[in-house]
Amino acid sequence: MNQNDIQALLDEPACAHNHKGKTGCAKPKPGATQGGCAFDGAQIALLPIADAAHIVHGPIGCAGSSWDARGTRSSGPTLYRMGMTTDLSEVDVIMGRGEKKLMHAIKRAVDRYSPAAVFLYTTCVPALHGDDVEAVARTAEKHWGVPVVPVDCAGFYGSKSLGNRIGGDTLYRRVIGTREPAPAVPHPAGIRTHDINLIGEYNIVGEFWHVAPLFDRLGLRILCTLSGDARFQEVQTMHRAEANIVVCSKAMLNVARNLKDDYGTPWFEGSFYGIEDTSKALRDFAAILGDTDLSARTEALIAEEEAKALAALVPWRQRLQGRRALIFSGGVKSWSIVSALQDLGMTVVATGTEKSTEEDRARIRELMGPDAVMIDDNDQATLMRTCREQDIDILFAGGRYLYPALKSFIPFLDINHERDFAYAGYGGLVELAQQITLAVENPIWQQIRKPAPWRRLRVAAGKRVA
Amino acid sequence: MAEILVPGKPLAVNPLKVSQPMGATLALLGVDQSMPLQHGAQGCTAFAKVFFTRHFREPVPLQTTAMDQVVTVMGADDNVVEALRAISASDNRPEVIGLMTTGLSETQGADILRSIKAFRAAHPEFIDVSIVPITTPDTLGCLESGYARALESLIDVLVPESAVAGFRARQVNVLLSAMLTPGDVDAIRELIEAFGLHPIMLPDLGRAMDGHLDEQGFHVLNIGGVSRVEIATMGKSVATLAVGPSIYGAADLLKTRTGVPDHRFAGLMGLEACDAFVQVLAEISGNDVPLAIERQRLQLLDAMVDTHFVVGSGRVAVAGDPDQLGMLVGFLRSVGSAVVAAVASARADSLAELPVAQVVVGDLEDLEDAAKAGDAQLLVGNSHCEQSASRLGMALLRTGFPQYDWYGGYARQWVGYKGSRQTLFDLANLYASQRREVAPHRSLYWAGTSRQQEVCGPDGIH
Repeated sequence: MNQNDIQALLDEPACAHNHKGKTGCAKPKPGATQGGCAFDGAQIALLPIADAAHIVHGPIGCAGSSWDARGTRSSGPTLYRMGMTTDLSEVDVIMGRGEKKLMHAIKRAVDRYSPAAVFLYTTCVPALHGDDVEAVARTAEKHWGVPVVPVDCAGFYGSKSLGNRIGGDTLYRRVIGTREPAPAVPHPAGIRTHDINLIGEYNIVGEFWHVAPLFDRLGLRILCTLSGDARFQEVQTMHRAEANIVVCSKAMLNVARNLKDDYGTPWFEGSFYGIEDTSKALRDFAAILGDTDLSARTEALIAEEEAKALAALVPWRQRLQGRRALIFSGGVKSWSIVSALQDLGMTVVATGTEKSTEEDRARIRELMGPDAVMIDDNDQATLMRTCREQDIDILFAGGRYLYPALKSFIPFLDINHERDFAYAGYGGLVELAQQITLAVENPIWQQIRKPAPWRRLRVAAGKRVA
Repeated sequence: MAEILVPGKPLAVNPLKVSQPMGATLALLGVDQSMPLQHGAQGCTAFAKVFFTRHFREPVPLQTTAMDQVVTVMGADDNVVEALRAISASDNRPEVIGLMTTGLSETQGADILRSIKAFRAAHPEFIDVSIVPITTPDTLGCLESGYARALESLIDVLVPESAVAGFRARQVNVLLSAMLTPGDVDAIRELIEAFGLHPIMLPDLGRAMDGHLDEQGFHVLNIGGVSRVEIATMGKSVATLAVGPSIYGAADLLKTRTGVPDHRFAGLMGLEACDAFVQVLAEISGNDVPLAIERQRLQLLDAMVDTHFVVGSGRVAVAGDPDQLGMLVGFLRSVGSAVVAAVASARADSLAELPVAQVVVGDLEDLEDAAKAGDAQLLVGNSHCEQSASRLGMALLRTGFPQYDWYGGYARQWVGYKGSRQTLFDLANLYASQRREVAPHRSLYWAGTSRQQEVCGPDGIH
């Protein structure tokens, strides 16, 4: 991929990061960078296409330490969980055998696992080496009659976010629009069906299944979730949706924008974290589809689901009332989780805004008041210090802050992709409430914060503590 | 704190309880050069032998007075005298014979003290054999209480009255409950020795039933536990450490008899219990806590933190004898697990102190019902719980007696910082294997499409 193509993806016009005189995602700083590469991001975006073979073309460093590490769940095929790589060796690189090996790799995957499609992820070494993965894909597709999609996502192209965008862009250019959806079966309740897509929803630990039944009830057929519990055929039909939601991620905005530009599909950003956001996302669908009957049914469903969730939350709210939380997660989550925690009666003392836009910041001020503490610095030690200064009960952040927090004796809940519990939707908020309660009330905290008895005694006796 | 429930069931199904003579036998297995002798029908002994052989994967010395129907009616005292003589006269004369009653001999009304007198009168040549009478009807108590009674009898017979407590300033007595495995006993010994103290473990299953192969090969007696000579010196120790509420009675007796001050511990699992024990060792020895032990403590802290997500949200059902139940329940509560069922094999005063709402005195059917009702993910109990676990689709952590389908159950260390840490890891892994996720939603719009026919598996399309 040449520099112009990369810049074009970074300059995504629909991304709020590209306004206010700022363009593109920040360049990584040597020695002060955390987070994954473009290959990582592309794989995250595409891996939940569950019936495809995902072949990582590169040496073992790329797939070897990253395969089957995603929390995304499938209701059917689990082919996506099988780690596949060409495992390029030194000799492969020197002798230029990469393309040939890739060809054989595709054949083997097709013969043995009959995938619905094959994705080929180009990594740094073959990109540097100059393997023509695109040509291999074309040849393999012709030979074996299975769609083979090259994803040009060498890690050195840039960040994980860019990789997400490359993944979305690849699908848009090569897959979306290559098949027509089957006509929808009539809804058992006799209501009208609308076709929609979800973009940037990854079904982490199956959490979208908390929400998916609501779509069925409203007569919203999900043509495709890009990508969570997705199938290759579904991706092909995404152009036929009547509306798209971009969930909790700026990274795949390009897909929604392209669908709008080329097919006129309206889209909006939304989230399924917390009662308020879930209801808002459902309302926005009804509004954007312009179906008044749907709006009425949506309101009825929201009233019913909110009442049910609020009743289920009562015992947890009592236990969480006034507990102090610090959220450290950038972008949309910096405010979407704030509202979810406020729903639970908690006090959010500070939130991280590293990747947040001006719009995100405005939402934070609206929710937390004008004096809201916003943390821009992603340094772990600084964060731990802030946690102690703010005397918090619990820290919400991504997995890389987990062990620093625990080592600092701070209760923690993972709200990023490595998490173990499903927090989306109305049911997810109850799950979240339960997990927060278990975390802050866990009896280990008071035990581990106490010094050993012999140390207490020595301190009391005025002796030096060893 | 806990309410004790005794279901008035006419039928015990899948019993949890093991008899008192079994417990007394177990205690004798930790005494060097000893032979347990059950006063009962030969079946009592045969079952006991098979039970412990399967559990320890070791030969188990055990004898019987072999009561038959005639002597059961006409008087079996001669059987006792004859059994004591035969064992004493064998090529392998034991130092200690543990003579324990059973349900049969107790119901018959046997007076084993009188039989021992008769034996002494008839056979003065065997005066070097100590005979320890133990009253263990199996109509009462459980393995743990029978074992505790054996400890009381051992002290009663083998520890002379004295007033020389502290004469050996580095020697400590350690009275150990039946809940402690040979692995635990060794761990406790190491902990005590790390403070420069010399422990006398009563009984010492660690030196006997630890599963070792040596040049002595097979031996008809029980070899390697605490010796009669060592037991006799317990009055000179500087302190007694008693682990497990069931043996507090034995601790009372030892204290009355010798005046050695004691320290009592309900269990040695979990941070606070271990800290209390280590603190006492530091006080008795006057030594600082060794760095190696401090390190183990820090490792436990880290394990508590690392596992707390899954252990703190876990739901567990536990069954065991009262001491063991108490130690496990206390530990599980201290790390945040919800104990949805606690089933004890027999009543004990200690049960009321457990940090749960209710303790059922019952069987594994009660455990199964309660585990199901309480939506447990994990059962903690002996190998018999495997049936219940597989019926309920729950994981099982094996503990207690018997563990016949498991290698190394006897060697496992539960106690101390190290044992607690390993148990935390095991709990976390077992809970994680039971994690329940959101059920996949299958859309009504999939009717008639390829997604309707999908099977869950690695192959793409079927």
